[in-house]
Amino acid sequence: MTGTPVTGDVTEESVGGRAAEVRPAPAPSAPPPSLPAGPDDVIRTRGLTKRFRGGQLAVDGLDLTVPRGSVFGFLGPNGSGKTTTIRMLMGLIAPTSGTASVLGASMPQSVATVLPRVGALIEGPALYGFLTGRDNLDRFDAADPTADPRTRRQRVEAALERVGLSAAAGKKARAYSLGMKQRLGLASALLRPRELLVLDEPTNGLDPQGMREIRTLVREVAAEGTTVFLSSHLLDEIEQVCSHAAVMSRGRLVVQGTVAELAARAQGRLVVRTPDTAKAAEVLAAHRVAGPAVEDGRVSGELGALGEEVLPGLCAALVAAGVRVHGFGLERGTLEDAFVALTGEGFDVAG
Amino acid sequence: MSRADVSRAEVPRAAAPPVPAGRGRGTASGYLALFRNELRLVFRRLRTRVLLGILALLPVLIGVVVKLNTDSPHDGRGPSFIAQTTQNGVFLIFTALAVALPVFLPMTVGVVAGDAVAGESAAGTLRYLLVAPAGRTRLLAAKFTAGLVFCLAGTVVVTLSALAAGAVLFPLGDVTLISGDTIGLVDALPRAALVAAVVALSLSGLVAIGLFVSTLTGSGIAAMAATVGLVITVQILDGFPQLDAIRPFLFPHYWMSFGDLLRAPMYWDNILKDLGLQAAYVAVFGSAAWARFTSRDISA
Ligand SMILES: Nc1ncnc2c1ncn2[C@@H]1O[C@H](COP(=O)(O)OP(=O)(O)O)[C@@H](O)[C@H]1O
Ligand SMILES: [Mg+2]
Repeated sequence: MTGTPVTGDVTEESVGGRAAEVRPAPAPSAPPPSLPAGPDDVIRTRGLTKRFRGGQLAVDGLDLTVPRGSVFGFLGPNGSGKTTTIRMLMGLIAPTSGTASVLGASMPQSVATVLPRVGALIEGPALYGFLTGRDNLDRFDAADPTADPRTRRQRVEAALERVGLSAAAGKKARAYSLGMKQRLGLASALLRPRELLVLDEPTNGLDPQGMREIRTLVREVAAEGTTVFLSSHLLDEIEQVCSHAAVMSRGRLVVQGTVAELAARAQGRLVVRTPDTAKAAEVLAAHRVAGPAVEDGRVSGELGALGEEVLPGLCAALVAAGVRVHGFGLERGTLEDAFVALTGEGFDVAG
Repeated sequence: MSRADVSRAEVPRAAAPPVPAGRGRGTASGYLALFRNELRLVFRRLRTRVLLGILALLPVLIGVVVKLNTDSPHDGRGPSFIAQTTQNGVFLIFTALAVALPVFLPMTVGVVAGDAVAGESAAGTLRYLLVAPAGRTRLLAAKFTAGLVFCLAGTVVVTLSALAAGAVLFPLGDVTLISGDTIGLVDALPRAALVAAVVALSLSGLVAIGLFVSTLTGSGIAAMAATVGLVITVQILDGFPQLDAIRPFLFPHYWMSFGDLLRAPMYWDNILKDLGLQAAYVAVFGSAAWARFTSRDISA
């Protein structure tokens, strides 16, 4: 079983709060993260490019590789080309150049054989407001010619149950809240067992409770072995649920790999908690720790080339200098640090 | 039963991908499911029901107006159908169809066909149908079929409502045809059904036109308005004798020929021309709609 551990299982959703300080390093995952991956890639694009008629270059030479069994975070600020990429992968729009294959078959030529094995939520839910939730699912299932009409009723009910909408299934969809619509959209993506689930910003516009529900569902589905391709403009969302990630910026792929790998690119920082911040900064500077930054009750700095071997000596020096050390340790990098390091620009989370 | 139990029971293979390729070849019933569903969708829309309601009211209004006019001393010398109606309620069917066919019926058909693809595009449901995957050709075929069924439904509604109103407002009895022959009531009703069928088929070209317009835009309202506007424009053009050269190729040109079925023997020439013209429109605009829809980016 090549199921990849979901890193978010360990770190609980830390609402607010800075860096995930005690993030355990995610276990090394089975599929190799690097680019020349095996034939079992669920999504593979080469030079995928989309220029819209207005001349807008929305996706620019994308080489994306999504290994089977991963929970793959597709990260990028608004307008970076995530939805456009997903539309090309799903055969909704034709690439200007380049190729895309999903589940081993090229798109958009193979939509009829590939898409029955893929569940998708693209740019928010879209429902027939005058139909009940149940009848909406009925219609989307009827749209799939390979779905067995004899098991439809049963599969629709199971999908409703799965997303917790059984009680509201008889209500008209226009009376649904955004969270309910989003969950109904997920239900339609889960009408059949899928090999791949594509979710385009599935928590967009939801309140924290709604976000948690969706993320829990994503983890469940991933645990069953379905590969999940999840786009988001929220860094912490990717950190919480994904094993792999790719970062988009202005239509281009900046980097891809395991979340652990990416986060590791951001150097760990030495953090000292102490009331004697000024004296601590002095000591650190004297020991060639780069750019000690003083905040309220803490001093942090880059170890740089020093390496972790200097830590015991540093600690002793602080104590010897009379610094009251309340805390001393390395803080792991986050995806956000990695993004900033990679692109040299901030990540506009507000969007 | 917990969620996990349900999913385990329902999704036995999910835990063990890869699922063999080639799974789930479509079956005939799976293929047709969308056609059935499309019909249900059309007739569950409030808009469709309102349109059919208006079509049902129309014959009643016509019947009442004709009744009031005959009761007045002024002896109407209107169209032949109307004069006949006062003698025989069955003729209200033909009067109502003659009134509904130039404007009301095509307007309702224009609304339904024009909205077919554009409405789904505007609502965003189109992308979910296509990733299901409905198949663009299959979806278009389902929309066209539903449009045809709506034509039939609209015509049948006018026919039945006219029959009911005619029976209430006027005497029923032997029907005197345009050619002067008289047929019994029992023979007249199958003829009315035949007329309704021909009228419904006369609208098929318009369904294809509406569907084509519908693939051009992402706005349901725009597509409906454009289709209905087109109907009215072409109807007006068909009234200009100066345009004699092109009039026989306008889709409504032979619509009124259904009256030829009320002769003995029935006169088929113009009706066959009408049906042939509709077939040509279906072929041309159906192909155009297909070419456009199967190649277009769905970015709504
Ligand atoms: N149909 C379209 N026509 C023209 N430009 C588009 C279209 N769709 C998206 N774009 C542009 O392409 C870029 C990428 O958009 P999108 O893929 O939606 O980004 P994201 O999903 O990452 O927010 C944006 O600049 C957007 O304005
Ligand atoms: Mg987007």
